[in-house]
Amino acid sequence: MSNVPPDLQYTKTHEWVRTLPDGTVEIGITDHAQHALGDLVFVEVPEAGRTVALGEPCAVVESVKAASDVYSPVAGEITLGNPLLAGEPEAVNNDPYGKGWLMRLRPTKGAASADLMPADKYLILLQTEGG
Amino acid sequence: MGRRTPLFELHQQLGARIVDFGGWDMPVQYASQIGEHHAVRRVAGIFDVSHMCAVDLKGPRVRQFLQHLLANDVAKLKVPGKALYSCMLNEAGGVLDDLIVYFLNESAFRLVVNAGTRDKDLAWIRSIGQQFDVQATERTDLAILAIQGPEARAKTAALLSASGANAAMALGPFFGRDIDGWFVARTGYTGEDGFEVMLPASDAVRVWRELNAAGVVSCGLGARDTLRLEAGMNLYGNDMDETTHPFESGLAWTVAMQPGERRFIGREALEKVLANTAAPPRQLVGLVLEDRGVLRSHQKVVPTGEITSGTFSPTLERSIALARVPAGAVQQVQVDIRGKLLNARVVKPPFVRFGKAMI
Repeated sequence: MSNVPPDLQYTKTHEWVRTLPDGTVEIGITDHAQHALGDLVFVEVPEAGRTVALGEPCAVVESVKAASDVYSPVAGEITLGNPLLAGEPEAVNNDPYGKGWLMRLRPTKGAASADLMPADKYLILLQTEGG
Repeated sequence: MGRRTPLFELHQQLGARIVDFGGWDMPVQYASQIGEHHAVRRVAGIFDVSHMCAVDLKGPRVRQFLQHLLANDVAKLKVPGKALYSCMLNEAGGVLDDLIVYFLNESAFRLVVNAGTRDKDLAWIRSIGQQFDVQATERTDLAILAIQGPEARAKTAALLSASGANAAMALGPFFGRDIDGWFVARTGYTGEDGFEVMLPASDAVRVWRELNAAGVVSCGLGARDTLRLEAGMNLYGNDMDETTHPFESGLAWTVAMQPGERRFIGREALEKVLANTAAPPRQLVGLVLEDRGVLRSHQKVVPTGEITSGTFSPTLERSIALARVPAGAVQQVQVDIRGKLLNARVVKPPFVRFGKAMI
């Protein structure tokens, strides 16, 4: 069974969102997503300063098998891409909610965000997807 | 639901992720694809390749038939048990399939063909075979296991009788024979030593479990693909197909143009290719990505060309590919990955052989 921390919010495309004390958000992919992708061998994160729209592909995670886009669940400006992942893409597999975060961004004020789910709703989604 | 091999339920019990492969429900990985890859390079792994198809050919003129059917020349098969890799071409010189042919005796040969092409192949083989009175029998009663890696042969031989084990260990490369009711062949698709074993489907689950118990790691098609690409081996449908001929697919070494009087299917088309010196055939080359990223099939090569197979090489810890590019010497190219041009070095495959980097 996938690990779904209760304190995060989730998208139906298997990203997670953590609100940080300074009002920025940290974004990654869920345990379910990393498991489905398999061993990650390359991660491309966005550069700081880039503005991303809601639902825009803004990072790429590549396993041995395939490349997958990661969609921004929030519109805003990237403040940091995780620098660790250039040399250690497997951190996304090993610690998807910790060391394996992908990016941080400052949400655009008043902009729409994706339909974010609390953990219990995300768990139900995983069950209906057979995950 | 796709077609299933005799091992399907075992794969599920072992926790495999199942994917569709050419109409078959096959395990792509069990635990970690990279872990499975390393197991084959370092110890031993086992693959279910029962989706591939053994076809027994019988008839007094079967050798003559195969000399017509195949681009490689079965005249090279002089000793019973010897195997040969060959393409089967259409009249235009396009590759219908690549296969292994085993010489059993003068009236019996065995082919092993790809899963995705097996129905098409059988129809083709039977239609040509009629002219030679050759009977083709699809051996759906057999499972095919590939046990590969530096310790694969010894661990497989340990399941055989004492005399069978000796016979198996004595097999030379690209030889196969009946041993204890199995057909054991020293062939593979990984760049490592090992066996491919054709055995009664009813034995397959027991043998798989016994090999697991002996430390042979269950491996899926994901690891099979990274291993074959490191070994510089083509995948039918990616690196060649009916629209490409062997000379532009890195397979010239498998085409026997001599003796000139052997009129195999596709020969005339290939002769025209060779005669047209104004337009030399494209070439299939190896690429090693020097920048960070992963090469994938269908990415564009700059200035000209296209990747036919690409992946991350677990052994080299960088991305490698096969690419079709124009004729002529070239050492450095770029590859367009999501709009960025990344640098790649042109190399001659294999990339890895017997666990060692070759580039």
